[in-house]
Amino acid sequence: MAEKKIDLKAFKSAKEAKVPEDLSKLSPEERERLRLLGLDENIPHEGEYVQVDAKPLLCRRKVEGLEVMPISQALKSFDKIGDYLWKAVSPEKDEFTKAAAEDLDDGYFIRVLPGYKLVYPVQTCLYIRTDEIAQKVHNIVIVEEGAELNLITSCSVHPHISSALHIGISEFYVKKGGKLTFTMVHMWGEKVAVRPRTGIIVEEGGTYVSTYVSLFPVNTIQTAPVCRLTGEGARASFATIIANHPGSHIDIGGEVHLEAENTRTEIISRNVVYGGINIARGKIIAKAPKVKGHLECQGLMLSDEGLMMAIPELDSHYSDVELTHEAAVGKIAREEVEYLMARGLTEDEATSLIVKGFLSVKIEGLSQELQKQIDKTLELAKLGF
Amino acid sequence: MANLLEIRDLWVEVEGREVLKGISLEIPVGETHIIFGRNGSGKTTLLMTIMGFPTYKVKHGQIIFKGEDITHLPPYERAKRGIGIMFQRPPTIKGVKLREILKLCAKENGVKIEELARAFQFEHFLDREVNKGFSGGELKKSELLQLLIQDPDLVLLDEPESGVDLENIHLIGEMIKKLLQKDTHRPRKKSGLIITHTGFILKYVAADLGYVIMNGEIYCKGNPIEIFEGIQKFGYEGCQQCLRRCEF
Repeated sequence: MAEKKIDLKAFKSAKEAKVPEDLSKLSPEERERLRLLGLDENIPHEGEYVQVDAKPLLCRRKVEGLEVMPISQALKSFDKIGDYLWKAVSPEKDEFTKAAAEDLDDGYFIRVLPGYKLVYPVQTCLYIRTDEIAQKVHNIVIVEEGAELNLITSCSVHPHISSALHIGISEFYVKKGGKLTFTMVHMWGEKVAVRPRTGIIVEEGGTYVSTYVSLFPVNTIQTAPVCRLTGEGARASFATIIANHPGSHIDIGGEVHLEAENTRTEIISRNVVYGGINIARGKIIAKAPKVKGHLECQGLMLSDEGLMMAIPELDSHYSDVELTHEAAVGKIAREEVEYLMARGLTEDEATSLIVKGFLSVKIEGLSQELQKQIDKTLELAKLGF
Repeated sequence: MANLLEIRDLWVEVEGREVLKGISLEIPVGETHIIFGRNGSGKTTLLMTIMGFPTYKVKHGQIIFKGEDITHLPPYERAKRGIGIMFQRPPTIKGVKLREILKLCAKENGVKIEELARAFQFEHFLDREVNKGFSGGELKKSELLQLLIQDPDLVLLDEPESGVDLENIHLIGEMIKKLLQKDTHRPRKKSGLIITHTGFILKYVAADLGYVIMNGEIYCKGNPIEIFEGIQKFGYEGCQQCLRRCEF
């Protein structure tokens, strides 16, 4: 399936956009959207970063051991930035990385100092407010030796936007014995094109846990994070939860390179297809002996007006490895619907409960409000099978 | 006593094959009836048709529940009117916890989920995915717990004793008795229709009337213990040759 073409020239620079001085100047409707995405006074955070178009509007840290700043500032003040900038993602990768390398619209820099284990999440939000712009951000996260960070990034657009492009370069570094839990929630719009480019490097004994959620309509998303487990005993897990709506083209991959002994990974993807095109790719490459990897991709087709492709790939350069995958695409089982109908649920109620269950991969650190919103959306969805 | 359920000359097809051929029976309020029959005799088809699953197509006849013709109502409408079913092989539903289903089953009848689950030593299963990895006995307990919370007036039990070890059969018998108000004096309000091919369940739950179904027809009707003893002695072969058959 060919990638959906995006004409970069069709978008204006995000720097041209007029952005309010602070978040209180946003409309109540916009503030509500950001609140739903986790930017809520009532939710405890260790730090926060909010960027609107090309401009950082909020950047604060509440605890010691944590650094949060716009990347434009880190480029000037963090003397080792050269060790991290474009080291996990190549600027030459494609036209989108090139565009971000040539003309940056800021992004966040987060670093947790050695040994600091943060309790509450750090919440970041990348928001597009102005029509027809391309927002090109570059994010760098460094979890130093023995440190822990729970990072939540929500991405969204103004509720009435007609078209926009988001390019997000993210480079994550988990040092020896560190742990990064990264949750990304997307609530884009039907006219928005999204091209995240993510690279992760995990050192000895480090852990990377990623959850990606996209349940709302979007024009096109194409991404395939590349995670390298370079040190012995490093681990990575990826969970992807997608609702694919008519008109959406969502192509999500994930590639894990097991480069040291005793590294492990698990890639799980759950997709509900109401329509549109949904491609779930996963790839595990064993570049060292004594490694383990498992890929699981499941798709639930709720319509004949769509396409779901599950493309798992396992490559090994050694014999002493354990790589497995399972993929299944199908419709909702009639017997499950009837079982629930016998308990008094209508066909629609039964179907949405089954869909909700299918998508309920436990998401760590997600705000209750957002979880409720996700549940509500699923329940409201009118489904047939 | 008024009839809770009346089945009149019911003919049912499954995937184009005629399975039930003119079944008629009546279950008065407060009575438990039991149906014996070999595998494939049409017992499960009868239960599934009473519950209203669309695979079971009624070609002729009527199902009357509480005086209302429910022959063409969908299953959830029947559930709302007071019919509940215990599945022999309930499906697993990924990501859906037993507790969520119990909450959906609960009418506003004040039944407390935790309390009831504890009473049947099943509280540890409330937050597990429904039916996933449950043993035979655990499946039955999960089904009966759902029914106890649903609190139907007519309980349909499909082979309640199958796959249950001896350790659990007593507890399952107790749950069925509670469901059918066997521990209260008559007049009872709850009725039951149990199907079985082994008849073993009779040791734990008393029935008022028994039937034998063969090839989609009722062959015999009478005292359930007597019928069961007859089957034990002469097998279903004996029923086939029995002259009483023509009475039905």
